[in-house]
Amino acid sequence: MKDAMTDTILLAHGSGGKLSHELVQSKFLPFLANPILDKLDDSAIFEASGRLAFTTDSYVVNPIFFPGGDIGKLAICGTVNDLAMSGAKPLYLSLSAIIEEGFPLSELEQIIKSIKAAAEEAEVNIVAGDTKVVNQKQADKLFINTSGIGIVPDGVDISGANAKAGDKVILSGTIGDHGIAIMSQREGLRFSVPVESDCAPLNKLVAQMLEASSRIHCLRDPTRGGLATTLSEFARQSNVGIVIQEDKIPIKEGVRAACELLGFDPIHVANEGKLVAIVEPSDADNVLAQMRQNHYGRDASIIGEVTNDYPGKVIMKTRLGPSRIVDMLSGELLPRIC
Amino acid sequence: MKFIDEYQNSELARKLAQRIATHSTRPISLMEFCGGHTHAIMRYGIRQLVPQTIEMRSGPGCPVCVTATADLDKAIALAHLPGIIITTFGDIVRVPGSYSSLQQAKAQGADIRIVYSTMDAVEIARENTENSVIFIGIGFETTAPTIAASLIKAQQEDIQNFYVLSLLKLTPPVMKALLDLGEVKLDGIIGPGHVSVIIGSHPYNFISADYGVACVISGFEPLDILLCLDKLVEQIQTGQPQVEIAYPRGVKPEGNTKALELMNEVFAIDAANWRGIGIVSQSGLKINDKYHQFDAEQAFSHLLPPDMPVREPKGCRCGDILRGVALPGDCKLFGTVCTPERPVGPCMVSSEGACAAYYQYQSV
Repeated sequence: MKDAMTDTILLAHGSGGKLSHELVQSKFLPFLANPILDKLDDSAIFEASGRLAFTTDSYVVNPIFFPGGDIGKLAICGTVNDLAMSGAKPLYLSLSAIIEEGFPLSELEQIIKSIKAAAEEAEVNIVAGDTKVVNQKQADKLFINTSGIGIVPDGVDISGANAKAGDKVILSGTIGDHGIAIMSQREGLRFSVPVESDCAPLNKLVAQMLEASSRIHCLRDPTRGGLATTLSEFARQSNVGIVIQEDKIPIKEGVRAACELLGFDPIHVANEGKLVAIVEPSDADNVLAQMRQNHYGRDASIIGEVTNDYPGKVIMKTRLGPSRIVDMLSGELLPRIC
Repeated sequence: MKFIDEYQNSELARKLAQRIATHSTRPISLMEFCGGHTHAIMRYGIRQLVPQTIEMRSGPGCPVCVTATADLDKAIALAHLPGIIITTFGDIVRVPGSYSSLQQAKAQGADIRIVYSTMDAVEIARENTENSVIFIGIGFETTAPTIAASLIKAQQEDIQNFYVLSLLKLTPPVMKALLDLGEVKLDGIIGPGHVSVIIGSHPYNFISADYGVACVISGFEPLDILLCLDKLVEQIQTGQPQVEIAYPRGVKPEGNTKALELMNEVFAIDAANWRGIGIVSQSGLKINDKYHQFDAEQAFSHLLPPDMPVREPKGCRCGDILRGVALPGDCKLFGTVCTPERPVGPCMVSSEGACAAYYQYQSV
């Protein structure tokens, strides 16, 4: 029992009894401690005033460790970014882990450490949490849910419905890194590609952008479905057309090569540390310059603009000159055959 | 990026397109055999670069699309057998069979795993000795050598729980079948690039020699395709059809002898069932006697429930599209009832399917 206790997660770790307490005390609290969490009451109690943003997301990534991150980092960055994309300053997160019986404690500890690192970088506190353990095969290793609360500063009005003709479309960096990094590790798909996930908290980048301009109309992180899906959402929500130029979209060589090989269009591949902003044209250069000062925005580029033509559609001017309609991703990305 | 950027140079593309426009003086009809070519043509807007008098039709070169519904039904039935792990390439899981799809079978509890290489399927067999692992072997001459290599490896290592359901198909016999059908009057064929890497250009000689149709083998980058179109137009204009390679960095006339040897070692030529075309003699590869222990057909057919009648999707024109008789827009279901989210036929599913390409890359 002692050995098993030190090595792997047992059903008893989720019983609510002694082992559950030990798990929280020995694995979670030492890394995530803060005055609100440390009280260990049924709810986290804190002061907040102003307009609040509230979001939640669940993380079921497979594999749970991947080049450039793991499920823990993803669970923090994803929720922090959802808050940031509303213009909110993220403050507090909850974290709930559903763990499969038999999961190695050493891996859990590694994931909690990366949760800590990501939360520190984003300057957010985890103030509420829960763990459950389920029988083998009732979950795939580890699922995490995080919810987050942030404060939206006065005057900030960001929505996918705010794009106007003439606005510039800014992309914060290379696309497809996360999707290709994950794909390269999947069972049966292993291939060697020098690409790491771009998983990162973008709240500080957003704060800098909001300092540079009060006329950022739309912000979104192009996660699943990629750049194409995010732009299509903007076009539909705002009932405008968005025209982008293929040769302005930064793509890493390894991502492009892997996409050619697998038959994917990089604009449909997932990102976890990128954002798309739609900005008043007169402020675009200023916002772009600010973004490039930030590590996560150093490859930022203006990739297109909003128009009254083609309402609800995204048009891409291809490298060769002709234009085509860009659609949302449908279904799952599956590699092609030949 | 080296080896990609060179073939996407917009200045060169414009010049080539101009040359094609100057040389092409009469309407011509071309078929791109490969679904990969259809996708590249649509994705890069090549139709918009060349004169409208050059008609381009899609062909049967999409392995997922040409897989017959009856074969798909068999794969789905195999997936439901106890103790079976099905391994397969991506898109096929989404293609509707008569009553279900592999994707639906998976949701109902069947163990279906997507692999990128057949060797990974062998690996899954090695790791799951209590299960029988069946690889659904679809594809053309491109995938056949790797499937052959996996069977040779399985035999060498005495892996006894690995099987292949061979639905492999050969391209020259189906081209001949299409030309014999004579439903579409073709002036030229954009020959398959990846297939020709394996089999070379000689197996296509009959196209120009017996049918007087031009055939130029092309790569998949925009400049490859424009160069191929330029050569096709020149052959057609001068009335001198022949088989030509416009993809010399990939294709040698004699093909890849090593790959061909692998195929010969493991497979025997047999008839195959093509969606929209039917049974074409000598157009498929079955596992030969030497490797029969790995043949899923032989190992499991007797365990399958009796065949249910094959039901083709109502109104779907995938068959016509695969024969070049219709374009995706000619199908009443295209973009309305049949979309990538709810595909009725395989041409809307596959990343090499014509309908998926026309839907995804609509021009403005």
